[in-house]
Amino acid sequence: MQTKNPGTARFEDKPSLLWGLVFGILFGFLLQKGGATKYDVILGQLLLTDFTVLKIMLSAVLTGMIGIYAMKSLGWVQLNPKTGSAGMNVIGGLIFGVGFAVLGYCPGTIAGAIGNGYLDAAVGGLAGILIGTGLFAALYPRLNQGILKKGDFGDLTLPRLFKVNDWVVVVSVAGLILLLLYWLERAGL
Amino acid sequence: MDLFTQARLSPYAVGISIGILSWLTFFISKRPIACSTTFAKLSGMIEMLFRGDKVEQKPYYKKLQLVVDWQMMLVLGIVIGSLLSALLSADFRWQWVPSTWESAFGSTPLLRVGTALLGGVVIGFGSRWADGCTSGHGISGTLQMAVSSWISAACFFIGGILTAHLIFRWIG
Repeated sequence: MQTKNPGTARFEDKPSLLWGLVFGILFGFLLQKGGATKYDVILGQLLLTDFTVLKIMLSAVLTGMIGIYAMKSLGWVQLNPKTGSAGMNVIGGLIFGVGFAVLGYCPGTIAGAIGNGYLDAAVGGLAGILIGTGLFAALYPRLNQGILKKGDFGDLTLPRLFKVNDWVVVVSVAGLILLLLYWLERAGL
Repeated sequence: MDLFTQARLSPYAVGISIGILSWLTFFISKRPIACSTTFAKLSGMIEMLFRGDKVEQKPYYKKLQLVVDWQMMLVLGIVIGSLLSALLSADFRWQWVPSTWESAFGSTPLLRVGTALLGGVVIGFGSRWADGCTSGHGISGTLQMAVSSWISAACFFIGGILTAHLIFRWIG
């Protein structure tokens, strides 16, 4: 661990911080232009009346996946899929979902909502997220010995799960996403 | 240019651009777009202000490392980028109560802010339990085809859809 003076923060190198800021500004700009910084749009998605959020996410995943796997094939990038377990991802995911609907923003879009001027996000939501993550940090040692390890599957990816070539899965997932988007548009959603 | 001053762009244009942005973050910064770890670090850093450096020794913060990093700047950037976009399109407004909420529960700021606080606690806790959020799992993880992320993303929406219906169809 780096040494530091008590009470001061440690920082990553400046170029990384600058790139993070640049990418964040672009991401925030896009989220706002897509309407994803708005409670009404997010609740519309969860109430299944407005499919903007799903359309943004699926087209981002489709585009991102093709590019990332192409760059992986060329040896330009390395993937770092998160490790997981049933206890982590199913239970944590469901808890997250409950909070998602009650708050009406998620950790990324709440930053965008604050930039958009939404005070329920800036005052209530932000404080809540900081309390919730702090609570998790306090309980982590106990959770990590038990529930988080249940049904552990490591950093498994779909190609390894199905024991097929990456591109078989990329093409299949891309096909399914396109089909779903086509169906949403045809249904007028 | 219209692109910058329009209040809304097509969700597909936005999604494809976010996908391309993810190529750049992987290629240049070797990192995926993700947000929720930042709030955990920020929470730890705030706790350090009150309780001193021993907070860093908590197992979870030892694992995360309480360093101001790329992702924290990404989240700060989101605030700035959204502000810019909203100002350019005259879509910026100070607002306590969103209209969907107001139509069901009225325009009292306190009720909405209290609910947002409660929702924030739950989503913050859940994001760390699942080890990711709508961006880290929902976009960056699924596009890498991580099993952990596809399961998480599905559960985010299952939990979210059920709870939203409970709030607005039964209570509201």
